[in-house]
Amino acid sequence: MTQSTASIPDPHAGPLHDDHAHAGDAAQGGHGHSHPAHVAHHFDDAEQQKDAATLGMWCFLATEVLFFGGLFLGYAIYRQRYPEAFLIGSHHLKLTHGTVNTFILLFSSLTVALSVHAAATGNRKGIVRYLIGTLILGFAFLGVKASEYYGEYQEKLIPKLLFELPDPAHSEHMKELLEHNPRVKAAYDDPVRRKGLEQQLQLFFVFYFCMTGLHASHMIIGIGVMSWLTWRAHKGHFSAEYHTPIEISGLYWHFVDIVWIFLFPMTYLLRH
Amino acid sequence: MSETTNKPHADTRHAATPEGTRAGHEHHIVPVRTYLLVFSVLMVLLIATIVAAKVDIGGAVGGLIVAFTIATIKAVFVILYFMHVKYSSRLTWVFAGAAFFWLGILFVMTLADYLSRPHVAPWAY
Amino acid sequence: MTAINYPESAPVVEENYLNVSYDVKSWLLTLDHKRIGVLYMITVTLFFFLGGFAAIMLRLELATPKADLMQTEMYNRMFTMHGVLMVFFFLIPAIPSVLGNFLIPIMVGAKDMAFPRINLLSWYLYMTGGTIVLVSIIFGGLDTGWTFYTPYSSQFAIGNVILALVGIFINGFGSIFTGLNIIVTVHKMRAPGLTWGRLPLFVWANYATSLIMVLGTPVVAITLGLVVVERLWGVGIFDYRLGGDPILFQHLFWFYSHPAVYIMVLPAMGVISELIACFSRRRIFGYEFVAISSLAIAFVGFLVWGHHMFVSGQSIYGAMIFSFLSFFVAIPSAVKVFNWTATLYKGSIVWSTPMMYALGFIGLFTVGGLTGLFCASLGTNIHIHDTYFIIAHFHYIMVGGTIMGYLGGIHFWWPKITGRLYNETAGKVSAVIVFLGFNLTFFPQFILGYVGMPRRYHFYPEEFQLLNVMSSAGATILGFGYLMPLVYLIWSLRHGKIAGPNPWQATGLEWETSSPPPPENFLEKPVVNHEAYNYHEQEPTPN
Repeated sequence: MTQSTASIPDPHAGPLHDDHAHAGDAAQGGHGHSHPAHVAHHFDDAEQQKDAATLGMWCFLATEVLFFGGLFLGYAIYRQRYPEAFLIGSHHLKLTHGTVNTFILLFSSLTVALSVHAAATGNRKGIVRYLIGTLILGFAFLGVKASEYYGEYQEKLIPKLLFELPDPAHSEHMKELLEHNPRVKAAYDDPVRRKGLEQQLQLFFVFYFCMTGLHASHMIIGIGVMSWLTWRAHKGHFSAEYHTPIEISGLYWHFVDIVWIFLFPMTYLLRH
Repeated sequence: MSETTNKPHADTRHAATPEGTRAGHEHHIVPVRTYLLVFSVLMVLLIATIVAAKVDIGGAVGGLIVAFTIATIKAVFVILYFMHVKYSSRLTWVFAGAAFFWLGILFVMTLADYLSRPHVAPWAY
Repeated sequence: MTAINYPESAPVVEENYLNVSYDVKSWLLTLDHKRIGVLYMITVTLFFFLGGFAAIMLRLELATPKADLMQTEMYNRMFTMHGVLMVFFFLIPAIPSVLGNFLIPIMVGAKDMAFPRINLLSWYLYMTGGTIVLVSIIFGGLDTGWTFYTPYSSQFAIGNVILALVGIFINGFGSIFTGLNIIVTVHKMRAPGLTWGRLPLFVWANYATSLIMVLGTPVVAITLGLVVVERLWGVGIFDYRLGGDPILFQHLFWFYSHPAVYIMVLPAMGVISELIACFSRRRIFGYEFVAISSLAIAFVGFLVWGHHMFVSGQSIYGAMIFSFLSFFVAIPSAVKVFNWTATLYKGSIVWSTPMMYALGFIGLFTVGGLTGLFCASLGTNIHIHDTYFIIAHFHYIMVGGTIMGYLGGIHFWWPKITGRLYNETAGKVSAVIVFLGFNLTFFPQFILGYVGMPRRYHFYPEEFQLLNVMSSAGATILGFGYLMPLVYLIWSLRHGKIAGPNPWQATGLEWETSSPPPPENFLEKPVVNHEAYNYHEQEPTPN
C-alpha cells in the first residue's frame, strides 16, 4: 500500500486504494445485491447470520451462568457454614413437587428439541405442536411452583414476614429429622443454638426463594418467547432454511432447564 | 443463500450439504431417536439422584459429591445433545466451557477463603 | 522527526452517516453503529463532567484541614457520586461504547455490528440506568461509596440506595450487550483475508475487554440485586447479626469490580497501540505478544480480586493466594509497555496531540502499575489500605491511563468521526495542561497516603494541608485542561479544516474510507492481504 502526501485521494472513487482487491462482483451496483428476505442487511449471507445469532446466544447464556452462579455461591457458602439449618430447610421442601417439576422441565427440553427438529425438517405443524407442548409444560411447572410457595406460606416459612422454626410436634419432617440425625438434634436441643438455627433457617429460605424466584422469572420470559415463536410458526415464518429464532430460543430454554438440574439437588436433596 | 436442501417430514440423519466455508457451520439434523434416547437417560439419572439422596453415602460431603456428579452428567447430556454442542463448532465448545470454567473460578477461589477460615481464624468463622 | 502534512482541503463524499438524515428520530432510533457511538460520546461526556463536578467539590473541601465547606453527609454523598458516575457511567463505557462501537465494524471491514438493534438497546439501557442514578443522587443521594459495602449499604444507609442500585443494574446489562456485540462481530464479521493475526491491536484489546464484560458483569448484577433484596425484605444475607457474612458481599462485588478496572484500562491500551504505531511510523514491536497480553490480562484479572480485601477478614491463605496472583497480573501489562517502548525506539516520532496523550499514558500507567505492586504485597498493603496512596494508585491508572487513552483516541479519530480537523496547537497545549495538572493533583496523594491520610475523610491534620492544597490546585488545572478540548473540538465541527480520508497517513481499514464514512462504511467490501501496521511499506513522507 503506498501513499503520498502530494496527491489527495479522491473520495468519490469507490475503492480508495487500488492495491486492494475487492470482493464485490459485477452484479453489485450501488445497493443491488440480492439476498433472501430473512437475511439482515449487514450480513453477507444466511450462514453468517445464523452463526452470529448462535454465538450471540451462547455469550448471553454465559452471562446467565455467572448471574445464577453468584446466587448459587452464596447458597453454597451458607450451606457449608450452617449444615444443620440447611438440612432442616431441605427436609421442609416438598420433594414430590420438586421431582415432578424436574420431570416436567426435562420433558419440556425434549419438546423444545423436537420443535427444532420439526423446524429443520420443514414441518410447520410439528413446530407448533411441540411448542404448544412446551408451553403447557412450562405453565405446569409454574403451577406446581406456585402451590409449593403457597404451602411454604401455610407452614410459616417465609423469612422475616411469616416465619417460625418448625416444631416437631406439628411438623412430621422435623420430627423425623430429629430422630434420625443426631447433629441436628443436638443443635435443636440446645436453646442457644436453637435461636441460631432459626436465623440460619431463614437464610436457607431466603436463598431458596431467591433462586427459585429468579429461575421462575426466567421461565416466564421463556414462556413469553415461546408463545411468540408459536404464533410466528403458525404464520409460517419459519422454514428448513430459516428457523434460527427457534434454535436460539431453544438454547435459552435448555439453559433454564440446566439451572433447575442443579438447583433441585442443591435445595431439595440435602438429606444427610 | 442457504445450501441445505429442504427435506420436509423426513427424519434424515444429515441434510445433504457441501462443506461451508465458515468454520464450524453445521447442517446436521439430530434424529428424533437420539433425542428420545437422551431423554430416557435423563429419566434414569433423575431416579438415580432421588434414590441416592435417600441413602446415606458418606454423610453430607459424600451426598454432595454424588448429587453434583449426577447433576453434571444430566447437564452434559442436555448441553451435548439438546443444545447441539456435540455437533457444533469448536468456538461454541469454548464459549460453553468458558462459562462454567469462570463459574469455577468464582467458586474455587471464594471457597478457598471460607474453607480455610476455621483453621486460621475461628473467631471470624 | 517527521511532520504530518495535512491536505489543504479535500472534497467530502456526498452521503455520509451524518448527513444521510437530520431528524431527531433518525438519531434516537438509529441502527447505525457510528451514530450510536456518537450518542454514547455525547452522553459519556455529560456524565464525565458531572462526576468531575463532584471531584472539584471534594478537592475544594480538602483544600482546608477543617470540614468547612460541606457537612459529613454531603461529603460522603459527593465522593459516592464521583465514584459511581465516573466508574459506571464514564470509565467503563467510554472507549468500548464510543470508539469501539464506531470503529470496530469498520476496522474489521463490516457494514455494522452483528446486532444493531441490541446495540441501540445498550445505549438506552445506559441512559435509563444513568437517569435513574442521577435521580437517586439529586433526590437525597446516597453515601455508601461506589463500593456499596455491606452491612452499611444493606442495613444502615439512609438515602436512595435501592434506586441507585437499580440504575447500576440496568446499566450493567447495557455493558453486557455491548461486549456481546463486539465479541460476535469480531468472530463472525471480519472481511475476507482479515485473519486474527492481521487485526488492529485496538480490536484485540476491545475483544478481550468484551470477554471481561460478559463474564464479570452478571456477578455484580446479582450481588447488587441481593443488596436490594436485603434492604427491601429485611433479611440477613450480609447481616452478621442474622447469620450473614458481609465479606461474602465483598467477594462477589470484587469478582467483577477488579476485572472492571481492566475493562477500563484494556481498551485504552488498545488505543495506545494504534497511536504509538502511527506516530512512530512503525509496526508495533512484538504484535503477537501485545495481542496475547490483552487476553492474558482479561484472564488473570479474574484471579486477583481478593487483594481488595486483605484487611477485611478473609483467611490468610486466601490472602496469600490473591497476593501472589496479583503480582502475576502485572506481567502482561509490562509486556505491553516494553513493546511500545521498543516500537518508539528508532521510530520516526511525530509530536501530534494524540501522540502526546499516548506518551503521557505510558509514563503515567507505568507509575500506576508499579505502585500496584506496593498494593499487592501483603505487608505494605496493611499500611496503605484505605489511604490516599490507594486513591493515587488507581487514579494514575484510570485518569493517567484510561482518560489519556480516551482523549488520545478521540483526537486521533476525530477527523474520521466528524470529517473535521481540530486545531493542533490547542490540542497540544491541552495535552500538556492535562499532564501537568494530573501529576500535580495525584502525585502528592501518594505521599499523603504513605504518611497516613485516610481516604473518604473530609478533614485531616493540619500538617497535611500543603500537599492537599497542591492536589487541589492541580485539580483545578486538570479541570481546565479537560474543558479545553470541549471548546476546540466543538468549534472544529463548524470551523475546522475538512479532514480527508487519512490525514494522519495511518494504516487500518477505517482510514481507507471517507471521513466521515458512508452509512455502510465502505462503498465496496474490502479484502485484506497484509499485516496490521504496514507502515514500512509506505513511502517516507517528505518534510
